[in-house]
Amino acid sequence: MSFPLIELQSASVHFGTVAALKDVSFALSRGDRVALVGANGSGKSTLLRAMHGLVPLTAGRRVLGETPSLRVAMVFQHPFMLRTSTLSNVELGLVLQRMPKAQRRERAMRALERVGLAAEAGRIGRVLSAGQQQRAALARAWAVQPDVLLLDEPTASLDPTAKREVENLIAEFSAQGITMIMSSHNLGQVKRLADRVLYLEHGRVLADVSTEHFFSGTLPDEATLFLKGELPWA
Amino acid sequence: MGLIRTGRGMLMLSLLALTAFAAHAQERSIVVASTTSTEQSGLFSHLLPAFTKASGITVKVVAVGTGQALDIGRRGDADVVFVHDQVAEEKFVAEGFGLQRLPVMFNDFVIVGPSDDPAGVKGRDVAEAMRKLAASKSSFISRGDKSGTHAAELGYWKAAGIDTLAAKWAGYKECGCGMGPALNMGSSTDAYVLTDRGTWLSFKNRGRLAVLVEGDTRLFNQYGVIVVNPARHPHVKAEWAKAFADWLVSPLGQGTIAAYKVGGEQLFFPNASTR
Amino acid sequence: MNEFAESASRAAQLVASGDPELLRIVGLSFAVSATATIISTTFGLFAGAALAVWRFTGRAGVIVLLNTLLALPSVVVGLVIYMLLSRAGPLGSFGILFTPSAMVIAQSFLVAPIVAALTRQAIEDALRDHGEQLRSLGAGPFECALIIAWDERIALLTVALVAFGRAISEVGAVMMVGGNIAGVTRVMTTAIALETSKGDLPRALGLGMVLLFVVLLLNVLIGALRGWRLSGDQRRGVVA
Repeated sequence: MSFPLIELQSASVHFGTVAALKDVSFALSRGDRVALVGANGSGKSTLLRAMHGLVPLTAGRRVLGETPSLRVAMVFQHPFMLRTSTLSNVELGLVLQRMPKAQRRERAMRALERVGLAAEAGRIGRVLSAGQQQRAALARAWAVQPDVLLLDEPTASLDPTAKREVENLIAEFSAQGITMIMSSHNLGQVKRLADRVLYLEHGRVLADVSTEHFFSGTLPDEATLFLKGELPWA
Repeated sequence: MGLIRTGRGMLMLSLLALTAFAAHAQERSIVVASTTSTEQSGLFSHLLPAFTKASGITVKVVAVGTGQALDIGRRGDADVVFVHDQVAEEKFVAEGFGLQRLPVMFNDFVIVGPSDDPAGVKGRDVAEAMRKLAASKSSFISRGDKSGTHAAELGYWKAAGIDTLAAKWAGYKECGCGMGPALNMGSSTDAYVLTDRGTWLSFKNRGRLAVLVEGDTRLFNQYGVIVVNPARHPHVKAEWAKAFADWLVSPLGQGTIAAYKVGGEQLFFPNASTR
Repeated sequence: MNEFAESASRAAQLVASGDPELLRIVGLSFAVSATATIISTTFGLFAGAALAVWRFTGRAGVIVLLNTLLALPSVVVGLVIYMLLSRAGPLGSFGILFTPSAMVIAQSFLVAPIVAALTRQAIEDALRDHGEQLRSLGAGPFECALIIAWDERIALLTVALVAFGRAISEVGAVMMVGGNIAGVTRVMTTAIALETSKGDLPRALGLGMVLLFVVLLLNVLIGALRGWRLSGDQRRGVVA
């Protein structure tokens, strides 16, 4: 097994007085397909952002192993499209990398083809349907050729058809070897896409096990309760 | 992305714009600081083209109150000062800001007021008129702006033995404004106003106002032209400024002044050689 | 009411006459204010964007000061610039007092705070909503601000129009630093002031109507341009 790509060591994140993450230690290895599960407010989003480096840690460390310039891309629940063509939106990450125009145009078109949106390249990004926008966001992430792909409840706002389309794309990406962490409320999705599951509650990681184990093995009581869908409203 | 192009474009446009206005330096022109009443009489539109034709020098007139015009001269922001306040002008030269004061022309002041003349001031004697105005506590609009007209007004109160500071009455209003606005106030409130004849002749908003007091020699308003001292402000275009001053007092300039008429009436009376 | 009718007919006469003096005055008004708008928008945009992302000690104070400058009286700006550009002042040797350049400078300083304050607010609000996603793509804080500024370009165009409106309608600054010199630095607003002080109120108001009419034409033009672009996109199937 290789060294961890990204590792959080006893990481805590506070927003004012609220503790969103408490003393979390977690190592992501290349090829991992991780799912984050837990109730709303359990810290899943914060953990993703901490992995990306989008939020500062109030305690603990974030360590990048292996590659000195690790490329991380993130897909959010509600993708933000600029007021411009879908193609330009997908190019955004490449523009920020100062890639020359011809090269980035080509890469962006390939990304759009990859997600089945090549025909919409010229359309304004904001007029696409929710599912199409999420696929465009995936294309945008894919275009930068990330080592790690983070996804924050990517299908939570989509209708069943769009949900399936996006899920399939995610499955294809991870099958190609992209290391992935995804937070989700959809346990079926978790079973289909992840090989490792983290269970969070109140900012702590209470379980870090394989998918098999999560769905059939022994778990801490809280996790078991969560699975049974009977999480107490304490 | 369009962003970088837009940003660069804007910056270039700004620089271009800034430089576009800058290219004006080398023309033959002078700046003359004069008064609003002189400009509003229309004299400059008549006088300046004649000078430019004779000399090839363009004249740019900044018309403000006498106080401000002299201040502009003191600062060196004008090449010539052309106002009508002899005392202030002589002080200007004495303090070294101007080379020499040349008398040019005079016009006269008149007192206008409501045509039914409630204070009964009609006549030729300005001091008498002022006494009657104070005694009847009539509505009077003063410019109150350190202009030549304002200075003249204060002189007339003094001549009448009235101290407006000490004995100010409710009807005496200082507007701190130019001749036109003062006349506007006078016409809309039926008040008395001391005005120069030039502004009055071109003033269109008379209401019930009419000329009531005129002809007193004390009402004559003397204009002087002063070249700003190049020793004080080396950048002053002294040669062209002197050409202007000299032209004003020359027979040609004096004749042009006399030829200016509003409604068939001559406004300014050249007197360069007689003083 | 009679006076207003007279003013309206004067305005129509003025527009129809094509008087060269009037054209020159209108042209100068537009040139000075448009230039000032371009300059102040360029710098104001960057200042507003920087203020939106840069966190430094005293930032709150700077924002309060900036918002206060929104109420800067034009005659005060004129006075300050006059004293700076006067021969007796520090920048006198440039000799640009009583020229259109000085007017452009004064108006730029007058409207720049408007652009900066409104830009800052617009960018800060949008950044709060979307800044994170831009950062996740690798954008640094200032890059985020500029991308958002470009994305909000329609709103910022309105800000520029506000700045232009403030510039072309002000009289205090251009009067002081321009001197209202006939044929050189006389613009619409100073001409209106002059006609008012001469007591010719219908002409003054007529000039005012002409000014508004010309600005109306400008806005119609801008609206038409935008509509033409949008419908072009529709024809090409780019917009739903």
